[in-house]
Amino acid sequence: MYTQGLDSLGADCLHQATDAVTLEQRFQSKVDADDRIEPKDWMPDAYRQTLIRQISQHAHSEIVGMLPEGNWITRAPSLRRKAVLIAKVQDEGGHGMYLYSAAETLGISRDELLEQLLAGTAKYSSIFNYPTPTWADVGAIGWLVDGAAIMNQIPICRCSYGPYARAMVRICKEESFHQRQGFEIMMTLARGTPEQHRMAQDALNRWWWPSIMMFGPNDATSKHTAQSMRWKIKRFSNDELRQKFIDITVPQAEFLGLTVPDPDMRWDEATQHYVHGPIDWKEFEEVLKGNGPCNRERLETRRRAHDEGRWVREAALAYAEKQRARETQAA
Amino acid sequence: MSEQRKQWPLYEVFIRARSGLEHKHVGSIHAVDARQAVEHARDLYTRRQEGVSIWVVRSSDIVASDPGDAEALFEPAKDKIYRHPTFYSIPDEVKNL
Repeated sequence: MYTQGLDSLGADCLHQATDAVTLEQRFQSKVDADDRIEPKDWMPDAYRQTLIRQISQHAHSEIVGMLPEGNWITRAPSLRRKAVLIAKVQDEGGHGMYLYSAAETLGISRDELLEQLLAGTAKYSSIFNYPTPTWADVGAIGWLVDGAAIMNQIPICRCSYGPYARAMVRICKEESFHQRQGFEIMMTLARGTPEQHRMAQDALNRWWWPSIMMFGPNDATSKHTAQSMRWKIKRFSNDELRQKFIDITVPQAEFLGLTVPDPDMRWDEATQHYVHGPIDWKEFEEVLKGNGPCNRERLETRRRAHDEGRWVREAALAYAEKQRARETQAA
Repeated sequence: MSEQRKQWPLYEVFIRARSGLEHKHVGSIHAVDARQAVEHARDLYTRRQEGVSIWVVRSSDIVASDPGDAEALFEPAKDKIYRHPTFYSIPDEVKNL
């Protein structure tokens, strides 16, 4: 899900490392045996590049993901909600940091990673390019977006690359509170006044399809799924994860007394799964290309924050250098 | 100061979950100096009471074994199974051994 750019980027680098045959065989048998690959171990360059791309996209998603919800911190409806939302947004920032660290173990610097985000050359999950006009959106994001994220992230806890897997274990532990606080907001609204109920339904209407699309393109059109699965970076296909998410989320919507905005959605007794209607992949592609409702705004906000924080970063470093110089002089 | 390309150095973070346990590596963090690394590690790695003590060390100061030497370093221990208690067969009727 956070890796949707995989299908458009770097397809050429995937099949280069064939000359180091023995090394590659040894690497693959290690992966096959469910052993972990660690930073200093030999790995195919394509594996390294795929991971850098996937982990950094994931990190960028966490960082940009702070913005739609951060939008509501000053207007949260109670002190409790505000404290919770601050904690959640802080967690997202933390998740970004864990993931940047994991990416850095592959030999790319934090600065390079940030540069790629700010220059717009790196992708982040397109879900964060949708706006949050009402408080119910904060509930819907926690419930649906974090719910979908958890679905995707739990299998990555067993990813073949050690640092990524370890970051993901930490993230998954923290993510569960995010989803539950979101559901609680939705429940409060759904059981509130008719107007609040409408607000909850409206948020579900707007977030349902983008959440479903978070799992990425259909398996048939997802080019690199097979290779990522062979490397055990990915354990389930996009469609498998999407189906799991739908199967657990539709009953939750029913519990809330809300309707999933898919007229074709039905329970299939034979397969014991929900069957959903067609997904509008055109919308997905448009948002991915940068034409979503908030793409420009999100990046501008990030760039501004980065620029306005520059003097702080520089001053802190200058201060530390001065302190060090004084200490050496005194010694 | 030189231009923007100057990165904050990287520190490795170790946390003692509670007294009685050893410090354990939890991840890394960028900071201008060790003191700031401790402060940032506290915000990043102990938001849920994960620890009672933090160590930080410059990543560049860590000396690690080379995975390429793994065989030479660790294989010799493999055939010294007599270092494990299960190597010795003791009759069942002998207790507390």
